Amino acid sequence: MLSKEEVKHIAKLARLGLSEKETEKFQKELSSILDYIEKLKEVDISEVEATSHPLLVENVMRGDEPHQGEDGEKLVGQSPEKKDSFIKVKSIIKLP
Amino acid sequence: MNLSNLTIKETHKGLLKKDFSALDVCKDYLKRVREKNKDIFAFLTVNEDLAVSQAKEVDEKISRREELDLLAGVPCAIKDNILVSGVKCTAASKILENYIAPYDATVVKKLKGRDAVILGKTNLDEFAMGASTENSAFGPTKNPNDEERVPGGSSGGSAAAVAADMAVFGLGSDTGGSIRQPASFCGVVGLKPTYGTVSRYGLIAFASSLDQIGPLAKTVEDAKIVFEAISGKDSMDSTSVDSPEKESSDKKIKIGVPKEYFIKGIDPAVEKVTKEAIKKYEEMGFEIEEVSLPHTDYALSAYYLINPSEASANLARYDGIKYGLSENKTGDLLDVYLKTRGKGFGDEVRRRIMLGTYALSSGYYEAYYLRAQKVRTRVIEDFKKAFGKVDVLFTPTSPVLPFKIGEKIKDPLSMYLIDVYTISVNLAGLPAISLPVGKVGKLPVGLQIIGKPFEESKILEIAQAFYGNIR
Repeated sequence: MLSKEEVKHIAKLARLGLSEKETEKFQKELSSILDYIEKLKEVDISEVEATSHPLLVENVMRGDEPHQGEDGEKLVGQSPEKKDSFIKVKSIIKLP
Repeated sequence: MNLSNLTIKETHKGLLKKDFSALDVCKDYLKRVREKNKDIFAFLTVNEDLAVSQAKEVDEKISRREELDLLAGVPCAIKDNILVSGVKCTAASKILENYIAPYDATVVKKLKGRDAVILGKTNLDEFAMGASTENSAFGPTKNPNDEERVPGGSSGGSAAAVAADMAVFGLGSDTGGSIRQPASFCGVVGLKPTYGTVSRYGLIAFASSLDQIGPLAKTVEDAKIVFEAISGKDSMDSTSVDSPEKESSDKKIKIGVPKEYFIKGIDPAVEKVTKEAIKKYEEMGFEIEEVSLPHTDYALSAYYLINPSEASANLARYDGIKYGLSENKTGDLLDVYLKTRGKGFGDEVRRRIMLGTYALSSGYYEAYYLRAQKVRTRVIEDFKKAFGKVDVLFTPTSPVLPFKIGEKIKDPLSMYLIDVYTISVNLAGLPAISLPVGKVGKLPVGLQIIGKPFEESKILEIAQAFYGNIR
């Protein structure tokens, strides 16, 4: 069973705001899912390679040539806060 | 003339013979969408203007006697996690409620290039996470066969739209069964192509080693036409590939039936219809053989670690800064993140993000994520072994019939367990189709046919055999 503190820690890592009531709800739900997943421990995985991609893939290369991409204005224009052609972000360094 | 049940080829013939115009077809479908959508709620957005202008262009081509594409003037529905330029794309999430797609997904570009008419965007479980379409932030879609029941999910909107004659075909996405299961629940055909055969550029990413776009249609033939129209390598998706040419052979086809798919948990009524369908194939002269996929039970556990892990990484982009919802009135940058994501994401999305974050976090990575990836290898080995003996596999698509709205939504784990017959296919990257093979009362039952990688043609051909020459 996950503790409430663990749920709060995970939520913070995932940048999700949770209320106290939600924390309790997710604590129960996540614990029951993790209990179910415990089953995986029964599988013999010695000498097995991990699969990260279902089909064999190789690096895909393309020529380094200039080309017209998506309209930058249109993409930056989606931002909730912008100035000219820049996206505005709250300051992350507190000035003295 | 009744236009509501036309196939792609019938639409094409009718347009060529001038039995009706593309605008007639378009308006007929839009009228039905208007009438039915308030009850079924298959569409989140209907773009009448775009559809009508596309249809008019097709009619102009006809009047100029230009060559007409098979898909020209055919009305379709696009799942709302696939971008159509200039049209809202919400992924059924509050966090993208007002997001306007800045470009076309490659599949949409291809359909537009073939002059298909895009009627609108269909409902889904938020970010395609779910098996009932109840996780949509904008309300559930109803099953057209019984409006008290779910249409399946996550592509429930596209499946319901096709089943209710609100579109000739639809596009869906399938990460763990999200095309096949709603196809089964709604009584339509749904094809999940081999991983990589259809470009995912412009598909809102969910679990990138599993996601694949595919068609939902009324007939196997239509599913084939749409699949061929949207597949192929795309320079904008480096995971996309061209299907290698397959040599056709006249060898007798052997069908494998995995014994692990007919154990406790399956609704006896579903089992009966599935077995009758398999018997029909036996009577047609196909050879049937029991096979074993011993890691079936573990596949679900591996899936519910890999899927949330990839989702938690993919959904990190919704930060309230670049686009979408932003809750940033007061506080610092961390507050923007916490408030935007706390408010913008629904319960199932938050559950998966947290599950994935936990599985990937320091100290748990090896016990969970890495172990799941190794079990994934075991699941793939099972399929390889089975395909050494047989050409295709037959299974039920879902262990249960369409359930009542509200029946399972309170218990997330019970919802996950419904995916048991479909998720292994995504873990292994295989192609699979669900086709309607019977009913229990008014509720449809789907048969799943799984093929070897890139053998879409074979599973489509075998699926067609069920119906003989009748559609």
